[in-house]
Amino acid sequence: MTERVAVIGVGQTKHAAIRGDVSLPGLLREAVYRALADAHLTMADIDAVVVGKAPDFFEGIMMPEGYLAEALGCVGKPLFRVHTAGSVGGSTAIVAASHIEAGVHERVLTVGWEQQSCSEAMWALSFQIPFQQQLVAGAGGYFAPFINEYVRRSGAPEDIGILVALKDRLNGLKNPYAHLHEPDITYESVRDSFMLWEPIRYSETCPSSDGAIAMVLGNESAAAQAEASSGVPPAWIHGTAMRSEPSVAMGRDQISPLASQECAAAVYAQAGITDPRGQIDVVEMYVPFSWYEPMWLETLGFADEGEGWKMTESGATQMSGDLPVNCSGGVLCTNPIGASGMLRFGEAAMQIRGQAGDHQVDGARTALGHAYGGAAQFFAMWVVGAAKP
Amino acid sequence: MRDVAIVSSAQTAHRRSVDELNEVELIQPVIAAALAGAGVSIGDIDFVCSGSSDYLAGQAFSFVMTLDAVGAWPPIVESHVEMDAAWALYEAWIKIQTGHADSALIFGYSKASPGDLPRVLSRQLDPYYQAPLWPDAVAYAGLQGRAMLDAGIITERDMAEIAHRNRMAAEANPNAQVTGSLSVDDLLAQPYLSDPIRRHDCPPISDGGVAVVLAAGDLARSWSSRPAWIRGIDHRIDGHQIGARDLTVAPSIATAAAKAGVSGRFDIAEVHAPFSFQEPIITSALGLSDDVMVNPSGGALAANPMMAAGLIRLAEVAARISDGSADRGVAHATGGHCLQQNLVCVLEGAS
Amino acid sequence: MPPADNDRQITPFPGDLWTQPPITVPARSTATEEVQRIRTPAALHYRYNPGIAPTVFLRELAQKRIVGGVCPTSGEVYVPPRGMSPKFGVPTSGTVEVGPKASITAFCVVHIGFGVNAPPVPFVSALILPDGASVSLYGLIQEIPYDEVRTGMRVEPVWVDDDQLSTSFENIKWWRPIDEPDTDPALLKGHM
Repeated sequence: MTERVAVIGVGQTKHAAIRGDVSLPGLLREAVYRALADAHLTMADIDAVVVGKAPDFFEGIMMPEGYLAEALGCVGKPLFRVHTAGSVGGSTAIVAASHIEAGVHERVLTVGWEQQSCSEAMWALSFQIPFQQQLVAGAGGYFAPFINEYVRRSGAPEDIGILVALKDRLNGLKNPYAHLHEPDITYESVRDSFMLWEPIRYSETCPSSDGAIAMVLGNESAAAQAEASSGVPPAWIHGTAMRSEPSVAMGRDQISPLASQECAAAVYAQAGITDPRGQIDVVEMYVPFSWYEPMWLETLGFADEGEGWKMTESGATQMSGDLPVNCSGGVLCTNPIGASGMLRFGEAAMQIRGQAGDHQVDGARTALGHAYGGAAQFFAMWVVGAAKP
Repeated sequence: MRDVAIVSSAQTAHRRSVDELNEVELIQPVIAAALAGAGVSIGDIDFVCSGSSDYLAGQAFSFVMTLDAVGAWPPIVESHVEMDAAWALYEAWIKIQTGHADSALIFGYSKASPGDLPRVLSRQLDPYYQAPLWPDAVAYAGLQGRAMLDAGIITERDMAEIAHRNRMAAEANPNAQVTGSLSVDDLLAQPYLSDPIRRHDCPPISDGGVAVVLAAGDLARSWSSRPAWIRGIDHRIDGHQIGARDLTVAPSIATAAAKAGVSGRFDIAEVHAPFSFQEPIITSALGLSDDVMVNPSGGALAANPMMAAGLIRLAEVAARISDGSADRGVAHATGGHCLQQNLVCVLEGAS
Repeated sequence: MPPADNDRQITPFPGDLWTQPPITVPARSTATEEVQRIRTPAALHYRYNPGIAPTVFLRELAQKRIVGGVCPTSGEVYVPPRGMSPKFGVPTSGTVEVGPKASITAFCVVHIGFGVNAPPVPFVSALILPDGASVSLYGLIQEIPYDEVRTGMRVEPVWVDDDQLSTSFENIKWWRPIDEPDTDPALLKGHM
């Protein structure tokens, strides 16, 4: 028999371009202490720690979790480190949940982080490797051709990206932890910002952030105890899924990757979701460049092919719409790469638990957390809900 | 708990430097051989998990390219750890316990030859106080060797005997890199590399990889005539600050061993001891009796491909169970410096 | 009385194993200052091996030929060759020459270059499918106004001068349009 798993504590740091006020362990402990406090637990109550982050070149520390064993309260306990590129925050949470689902542990702490100010993130992402082609257009130039193809195929108006960036940045103002707080942002300011790789403008790209998020996951009895202590209900995990496909393969379509479609289908099947748009109340989706919102709306089954932009344009993905997306401000406001996926998963859980404060969607009972990485090839998703499965 | 077994495995012939192949070309034949050993193809596998390190490859996201060696189309359920692939096996074992998978392919690999391994490994230290001093991995391990000598637990002759025994055993291992050994007296006559460490106390620098296939219950029985059943598996980590722990003992190994159910009689043990003086720390923490054959493969002193050497210990025990030469074995994998992180696994042939 | 600034003695390690860089921070200061960052220069040197498949590709590229690896199961042609057929996890069974003519499968206009080799902005970065290949490779599009570039446009590579050829991607400076009817973009889906 496998165990039910719930999110019983969530904590994150104030994300910023440079968190110069904390060391690397300090950055993690800020998130960890908040998550433990939220769950009314201490480090002594944790059975195992599962961490994830993106390439170690970002901090210049090889396999830093070893160094962090003491800081994570992990001495004498199992410590596990996941690395699945940009989706890592999501897949880490899924691996952590599976430890409980398998019946091996009762309470697992999971942490995702990145302290990108430690090194030059653009360099770490794309330094020249001999015998490989150098992309003189940089990381954005890698993705922009696919975005252009989406615009061409769908016939979308050219300002859809502006609408997404504006929405996410305005939502970010309601999230005290978000990195970017731009109270003066307007449609015009986004439209007039520097064009980087058409159609992506400067204000439509994710920042580079220092930040961490931690969650405490528990089995059924741990969830009952946590709710009794804290008064905050758990967010039950209704489904998890991961899928990967090759970076280059004939038949691949980075605009609507097959791995994304199949991952969504798998997580919906586990969670009993047959009508995603009708049954899901709020979505936290990994959108590092604005146009990925309409693209992912389609591949996640919320809109038909070529129609995702209409949902954005109509305001359906606003907090006031019928499918709010990225009420937290999303990756466009906050992007510590190793944490970004877990931030989506954690914010989805916070919505269910009523902890999202000013960016709370009232009455949210079912939420989707989504993360992706690589050449749109690695996907990790989970559905969390208020009802015990 | 579901019964899960290692049903097949394959390794490279480990070498100091595989110049003509990149990592993908290195690991693909090993993956193919492991799948063939179970009589299956990738379509029969429910979950794939690998272990590798960006810092060894000198490339960010380096594990992405090895997905080509798997054949991830249609899309697969796949994950990766930035750890020795023994921990990738642990993730796969957990996945099978959840019931979301009945089988798994695990692989680990590295090419240490592109970089200067002892310097690369110095990046795995406290970034504020230790890494800026650039202590190379050999000198750092020497601190543990010195502690063992000063505590009177081991002598330099003991260290040479361990190195000699392992490398002589490696002569029977077609995949081993360093086989055969000078006599113990001749070893002791060699100069120090980094007092108290001599060259023979150190692992070789290796390029290589390993792949393992796991399966549950009846599936395992259909894929292998004698599966190696995982009876217990656990992993733990000790503190990072070597000044704050006793380097002559490994509490994380003792804890993992207790949780994995290491007790009773064993035919063999494969322990991941990159340095000679680490072997007694491990065997002592495992509580092994003196009659257990330790490292019939030659261990990490004979071949030490990073990110794979730990999983190789499990594969070596499993192979000897599957070929009938052993009934019960314990395998150990380590990560980090001075045996900081450890995984212990009990494997049995009887079903 | 506290010791004077800069009077700290550092003993070098024996045999010059390690030498102390000059100290610019006083050993003790009465005005305490929060240390926010430490700067730790780090350099690691790697000697990369391309592997067999990239070696073949780069050697052919030095002869102004673009080759792809053939998947023995499906016949698909991968450019640049990866040694493996990514969909089947089997070694590719040899190489075939592709192109040099090609079609643009997707592109974008870049207004901010990256690295020392970036051309003047704005420039077009594109995914280019050489005739006979199954997947595209990246390249720059030049010799046409950037706002006239379109998906499906036919192009050919522009090589460096013969005396500058080497085993490197830089043999192809960019791709320029050729006078042929565009490829129907619908045929290019799945080849990006």
